[in-house]
Order: sequence, then C-alpha cells, then structure tokens
Amino acid sequence: MSFLLPCPNCGPRDVNEFAYQGEVTVRPKPNGEDSPAFGDLTAYLYFRNNVAGVQREWWFHRDGCELWFQAERDTRTNEVLGAEVPPPSGTGAPGPEAPAIPQSGEGPSY
Amino acid sequence: MRLAPQARERIDRSHRVTFLWAGKPVEGYAGDTLGSALFASGRRVFSRSFKYHRPRGLLCCSGHCPNCMCAVDGRPNVRVCVEPIREGARVEPQNFVGSVDRDLMSVTDKVGGPFTPVGFYYRTMIRPRKAWPYYERFLRRVAGLGKLDEHHERSTRFDTEHRHTDVLVVGGGRSGIEAARAAAGQGRRVTLVDETDRLVGRELDGVTVHAPARALGIWEGGLVPVDAGTILYRYRAERIVVAAGAIEQPLLFPGNDLVGVMLPIGVRRLIRDWALKPGERAVVIAADKRSYDVADELRRAGVEVAEAVDLRSSSVREIVGKGDGGRIEAVSLNGRDVECDLLVVSAGRQPSYSLLAQAGARVEYDPSRGIFVPVDLPENVEAVGAVTGEVGSAAVPAATYNGAAGKGKCFVCVCEDVTDKDVKRAIGEGFDSLELAKRYTTITMGPCQGKLCQLPSVRLYARETETDEGSIGTTTARPPWSPVTMGLLAGRPHEPAKRTSMHHRHKDLGATIMWTGDWRRPHSYGDPQAEAKAVHESLGVIDVSTLGKLLVTGPDAASFLERLYPNRFGDMKPGRIRYGVLETDAGRVMDDGTIARLDDETFYVTTTSTGAGAVLRWFGWWNAVWGMDVEITDITGALAAINVAGPNARALMERLTDLDVSNEGIKYLDAVEGHVAGVPSLILRIGFVGELGYEIHFPSPFGEYLLDTVLEEGAEWAIKPFGLEPQRILRLEKMHILVGQDTDSESNVIDANMPWIVKWDKDDFVGKWSLEHFQERGPREKLVGFEMANGTVPPEGSQLVAPDGTPGGRVTSSRWSPELGRAIGMAWVPPVLAAEDAQIRIKVNGSVEEARVRLKPFYDPEGGKLRS
Repeated sequence: MSFLLPCPNCGPRDVNEFAYQGEVTVRPKPNGEDSPAFGDLTAYLYFRNNVAGVQREWWFHRDGCELWFQAERDTRTNEVLGAEVPPPSGTGAPGPEAPAIPQSGEGPSY
Repeated sequence: MRLAPQARERIDRSHRVTFLWAGKPVEGYAGDTLGSALFASGRRVFSRSFKYHRPRGLLCCSGHCPNCMCAVDGRPNVRVCVEPIREGARVEPQNFVGSVDRDLMSVTDKVGGPFTPVGFYYRTMIRPRKAWPYYERFLRRVAGLGKLDEHHERSTRFDTEHRHTDVLVVGGGRSGIEAARAAAGQGRRVTLVDETDRLVGRELDGVTVHAPARALGIWEGGLVPVDAGTILYRYRAERIVVAAGAIEQPLLFPGNDLVGVMLPIGVRRLIRDWALKPGERAVVIAADKRSYDVADELRRAGVEVAEAVDLRSSSVREIVGKGDGGRIEAVSLNGRDVECDLLVVSAGRQPSYSLLAQAGARVEYDPSRGIFVPVDLPENVEAVGAVTGEVGSAAVPAATYNGAAGKGKCFVCVCEDVTDKDVKRAIGEGFDSLELAKRYTTITMGPCQGKLCQLPSVRLYARETETDEGSIGTTTARPPWSPVTMGLLAGRPHEPAKRTSMHHRHKDLGATIMWTGDWRRPHSYGDPQAEAKAVHESLGVIDVSTLGKLLVTGPDAASFLERLYPNRFGDMKPGRIRYGVLETDAGRVMDDGTIARLDDETFYVTTTSTGAGAVLRWFGWWNAVWGMDVEITDITGALAAINVAGPNARALMERLTDLDVSNEGIKYLDAVEGHVAGVPSLILRIGFVGELGYEIHFPSPFGEYLLDTVLEEGAEWAIKPFGLEPQRILRLEKMHILVGQDTDSESNVIDANMPWIVKWDKDDFVGKWSLEHFQERGPREKLVGFEMANGTVPPEGSQLVAPDGTPGGRVTSSRWSPELGRAIGMAWVPPVLAAEDAQIRIKVNGSVEEARVRLKPFYDPEGGKLRS
C-alpha cells in the first residue's frame, strides 16, 4: 500500500502515517433501550461486509495530528473518494475492536 | 595502456588514484570506475559465474549484467564497471575457490553431468532426507554470488527522505533532459534521476538532479523510491516521465559468455569514456545500424576489425565462440573460423519498459522489429525517447545461432547460468508458460532482473513451443528495477526505547534492565527475593513512571468514563480512587488501571505501561462518535511516579511531607495533592504489591532528586529499591492480575473473578451487552490461584491435565514466594475446578505435578495490611 490519504486536518499524506481501524459498523441499538438480540449483537461484533468496492472506514492519523476520521475508499483500487470527520452522533459506537496493543518486549507490565 | 586523449573522455590524466585488487595495488585515474581502471591494468577476468564458475569479463559496462560483481570495502555484489574509483578502496573478487583466475570450482563446468541442469538439486538431493542440511550448506557455498562479511562493522548510515515534485523524469539521456528542461521552462518543479554518472557536476536550470541514482519502481499512488546510494528518496510526483531508454540485447550462440564477448555499449564506453582499447582484433555482429557502427569506432581506436556482420542482410545461421581458458580466440561463422580477441554482438535494442509496466502500462510485441513496446500508459505517466520503441529499424535475430552442430554452452541468462538446453528441458518437462518456466529455471530472476535475458528467453520459448512471441508475452514487471542494498530499505536503525527520568539512577544502583514494550525498566537490583522481602518486612521503592497517565477533564468527564468502563464514577467523591477494567464491546479485557477523581470535572486515569497508547486512541475513537464535552490529555511523559511500599511506608512519608499521612488523613484509595520533599505531587494510596503503599506522581524532572531523597530518608528502615521481578512476586501473592499476562484476547472480567466491577444497572457502557451474555451463559473457564504440592514452579504457559489425561486449562503466572515458602501461581481452569482446595494437575517437563486451587489472595487475604 502506498496510496495517499487526505487527512481532513493535514491534507493528502502517505497512507503509512495512518492506522486503519476497519469498516464503519452500526451498533445495533441506541442507549437506554433493551439489549439487542444475540444475533444482532454477534453480527455487529464479528461480521463484516468485506466489500470489493467502495467502503466507508475508520482511519486514525497516528503519525500526524491524531485525528479520527472516516474515508470512502474503493477496496479494489485504493482510490479514496473522500474523507471527513463525521458529525458526532451522541450515541452509537465506532466499532467493537480495540486498537492494537503493541506486543513487544518481554511481556506486559503494570 | 590508454589511447590518445578522446574528445569526451571522463578521466583526468593528471590525477592518479590507487586502490587494492585482491590485496594488490592497482592504479587508475580520477574519472575511472574501478572496472575501467582494472581493465586498464590488463585485467580481463572479473568474476566467476553463478553455477559453472566460468570466467567472466566486462560485457555491458553499464551496471546491468552480473559479470563484474565484486566485493568493495566489504559490500558484496558491487558492479565495479560503474562504481567510481576511490583512493584505497578494497576490491575483492567473489564466488571462487582458489583464485578468480584459477577457480577450482570450475570443474563443475567440465564435469557437468547430472549435477548441473536446472532444478537438479530438487531431483538428486532429496534422499536421504536427513542429509539435506549438508547438501544445502554445500550448495550455498559453491553457488551464488558474494558473501556478506558477518564481522564487517556497519559503517554506512542509510536514511530515507520523503520528497514531493511536480514532474519526475527517470532517465538522463537526450530525451529525458529535453523533457526536464521543457517542464522546468513552464515553471514546474522538476526532478531528474539518472543511473549513470554522466550528469554528475552538470547544472540543469531549475531541475533537481539525482545521479547516479536508480528509480526502483513505480508504486501505487505515484510513489517512486529513488536509490541514491545512502539515501532512499521516496518521491511523490504529479507527473512521471519515463525516459529509461533501451538496452542492447545479447545474441544466443555457443560460447556467448566467453571473456571478450561484449555489447556495443560496453565497447563504446571503454573507448569514449576511459580511452581504453577494448581489444586488438575484433569481429562485430549486429542487428541494427547503431550497433553495426561500432565497427567504425573500433577502427578509429586502432582495433583491427576482422569482420563486421550485419544481421539485417547477412545469411549467418551459425555462430560459435571459441576459446581456451574461457577467453575468446576465434568465432566460427557458418563453420568458417575468424580469429579475434574481441567479439562485439548485439541483437538490437529492447525498450526498458519495466517501470511503465509497473505503473500499469500494457506491453505489446512488435513483430516487425522483434521487440516489446509499452502501450496504454496510465494518466499521470508519460514515456519519451527510446523507451517508447523509437529504436530505429532492426533485424529480428534468430532465437539461437546454434546451427546444426552446436557445441558448447549457449547462455540465455548469464546471471544464473541458464543455458538454452535448460530452457528446452523445462519446456519438455511441461513448464509451458513463461511465468512457470521463470520460476523453474530462474531466468530473469538474477541480478540483471531480465534486462539482458527477458527478450532472448521469450524468443527461444516462441521457437521451441512453436508459438509467436506476442502470445507468449513477458513476465510481470515487478520492483525493484535495479538491485538495492537491504540496508537502504531498512533505513537508519531505529529501536525506540523509552527511559524514565530515573533510568540512570537505576543503573547506578546496579539494576539489570529489561524491555517491557518500548520501556526499559529495572528487572531487579540483583536479588529479587530479597527485594520482595524488604517490601514485606520494612520498606521498598519502585519506579512506576511507565504507567500511562491521562487527564480527562470537562463537564462530561464522569459520564464519559462511565460509558467506557463497567464501573460507576458519577457517585465518586473528589479525592477518591477506583480500580477500573476497560472492555471492548465484545466484552474482552483490554486494559486496567486506577481512576482518581481530582474534582468534579477532572479525572486522573492510569493505564498499564504497555497499553497507554492504545487506551488514548480508544478514548479518542469513542469520543469521535459521542462528541462529549471532554478533553483527553496524555501526560505519561510529563509525570514520573514512584511507589513506596511496606510497613514503614507511613513513617517515611511523615518525614517527606507536611500532609497528614495517618490512616485517617490519607485513607486507602484516597488521592491527595501536596508536596513531597518539596516537589508538587499527587499521592495515590493504592497497593498493587499488597503492603501499605503510596504512589507518588510528580513532574518528571524531579525523578532522580525524589528517588535519591526517598532512598536517603528511608535508609533508617533499610529501604530497598525493587524491580519488576520482585513486583511480580508480590502482586502474585495478592492475586492481582496482569492484563496481557493473566488475560488474553478471550478473557472477560466475570470469568476473571472480578464481577464486582460491573455495574449492571448502568444504562449502557462499552461491552455491557457482551458481558450480559457471558453472565447468562456462565463461565467456560475461571481464573484462579493455585499452590503447588511440592516446590516445583511450573513454567508460565504450562498445560493443566484433566483426570482423563486431556488438556484442560493453563498456567498464566507462577513464582516461588519467599514470603510463603511455596510455589504459587494463577491459572485458567474449567469452572468445575474453580473451588477452594480443588485438586489440579499441571504438566511440567513431561511429569504431572499436583496443586490445590486457591480463590483468595495467598497473602493478607482480607487486605488488612493495605488498609492499615
């Protein structure tokens, strides 16, 4: 991968400056309601569309301004159609997966 | 011996330079390359070939072929034909046994037999299987190229530079320079890359020139890495102009690798650039005018041209290079011998389309001239000059000139010593596509990357399979287009290490240092058990500056944290602390730490040492969706922290601060701001190690001062600094978990025996639904403590064995506890065994050891000492 990704703050930058955080998912129910059905929960947690085409996804400008934003990218060509900071929804979730914790050194420590 | 001065010679005859060839001094002129100076000194054999160890001499003088590769100053596989001469350079020939002139391994060329055809070792060296390592060692020694000197000090510093330009021109020939000038004239920022040294010292108005430098490829997004020796420029250009030119192709005939067989370009460079006479008596065989004209140039240089064959009009069907000892002595043309010591051959010029193909261009065969030309260029890429196919008319040479009685080896690929017979054999064995044959024979996979063998092998393939070149096509063009040193790709060695502000004091105190994540931390100060004992019996101090430290402020701070943690924070009073465990939405344990409320809108959050970055990102990510009114500030590096722990911790604190440190003044889980030894500090009364303890957070610059003061004042109680290892013993005695050690990506807080953390009546929090599911489903495994029946300490990761002998559970932590005089640990066990005193069996080094389950902390189970 060596395409350019337009950070809403910094403009087009080498994609290696960013962390990819997966496709944008929808948390099954807003706050305050009953818990979602088990099937809806597992679909949200574990199922991804994995499209061959345009996908909306989360990016983090790790080696830059540390902004979280969303981009629309064609997964076949890596063409980026747009990038923006989505307006906060107040509820919902960015995604169920935690950012990767670097596993180096001789082990975890308090 | 040099020729009379040439019009545009590159040497400076007034400036002599001396270097070493195999330890012996060789003299040349400034402007020479190592190769031209060696040629001037009379050297003709430069290397031994890859497999047959045949002597090889200069062929292209352009840095394309492998024939002149030597080790220069410890760097293997340097093409000395283009490597500038340097005073004192150490040049060593490579890939021979004995000497490069008399290589004992050249017996492989004579014997041949079953040991040399392509793929022979796959077939002949498979049995006995266990002998393969010996075969392999032997093959690696006799085959191949230079060796890296393992003891060679890395003296070169490689760097990477990111650059942007409007127009990037690859190739500094006439068309490249014209294109660069034109673009610069329009006010564009222009960069030109040329692999030769012809532009060195030349000014091009408004053009940045990198020479000698090699464009390694064209990647996605118009990225062009440029190898400039010790700097890798990563270029991004709006427009890329490829003016890579064309490369003269060798002819295939027996003896076509003999020393003295050269391409016209090589001969031209010898005469023009370095005023060298390439031979005494030459034969020229050429498929196009440009190559044919080299005969005139040879004559002007005083070389006798015995015969010049123009393949456009000649009826030559058979060419055989003849020579003894690997040097050309005569060439046989249709059976008629012509004596010569120089044979100049060219099968015409093939456009260097590779970069264009990498960028997405298609490559099409032009049957009229027998070459491949690039077509359908991508939008931002342009081609100019010879690379477009403007190479004039040429005869299409025969696939080989073996004739009927072809004797001797005819090399299709000089890099890997692949002969026409190898290709025929591969076709016979069913490798009927060029891509497959490439992988089997390794044609185009050697150092020249197909520059000199792609076209000849396609021609040979077409003839042997009775198809046409166009439908055979070419193999996929891939970067790198030119060989590149691994060091350049690796760049400057980076090993980011974080050190606390007390690091050097730890070393003064005799600490052994270990890595944890990016941090360098004291493992211990020599005696972990004694250090643990000091904490239990009197007083110890540990540097915990590595803890992640986040300040969460704002009107929504409390509800923000309530949404992220399963804990409740809204009801917390300022000055109090809670232990929190972060979950993902899948309910898995992600990180843990303490959360102290400093005032209504300010929380001080600590994370594990290795998880700080991930937690910071996690918080930011969720708030990108929630948009809550909070600020998250990472102050991990700004603050240092130490933990003083032990029964005498309070007595020490009384000396260091005016604060009321009594059990009423600072209660267990209180957070108090004040001065410690004059340093503004935040004191957290928490106890990871199980004794009365104070965690003091303070500005980093005071690190050494505060540690010194604590050690000085604590001397009365024989205070000991303790490292990570004693801390691990101590926390294990308390069954405090280490995230990432006792938990993994499958663990949840309920099964890890911390259900009290989860406040089910909260509306929602990250991971709530999944935890509800885990609660309902019941545990699949439980995290428990265990005590070994004997003193064996099972290695962490040991398997538990169920009564029926099947595996069931695993050990996550284990230590010898000097305090308890027992081997203790923690393990995930099936729920049925998660009962006090249940017997478990652990596999240790093949035998099975017994242990008893413990559900409560081994040490101070009621926590009385923590609260005292």
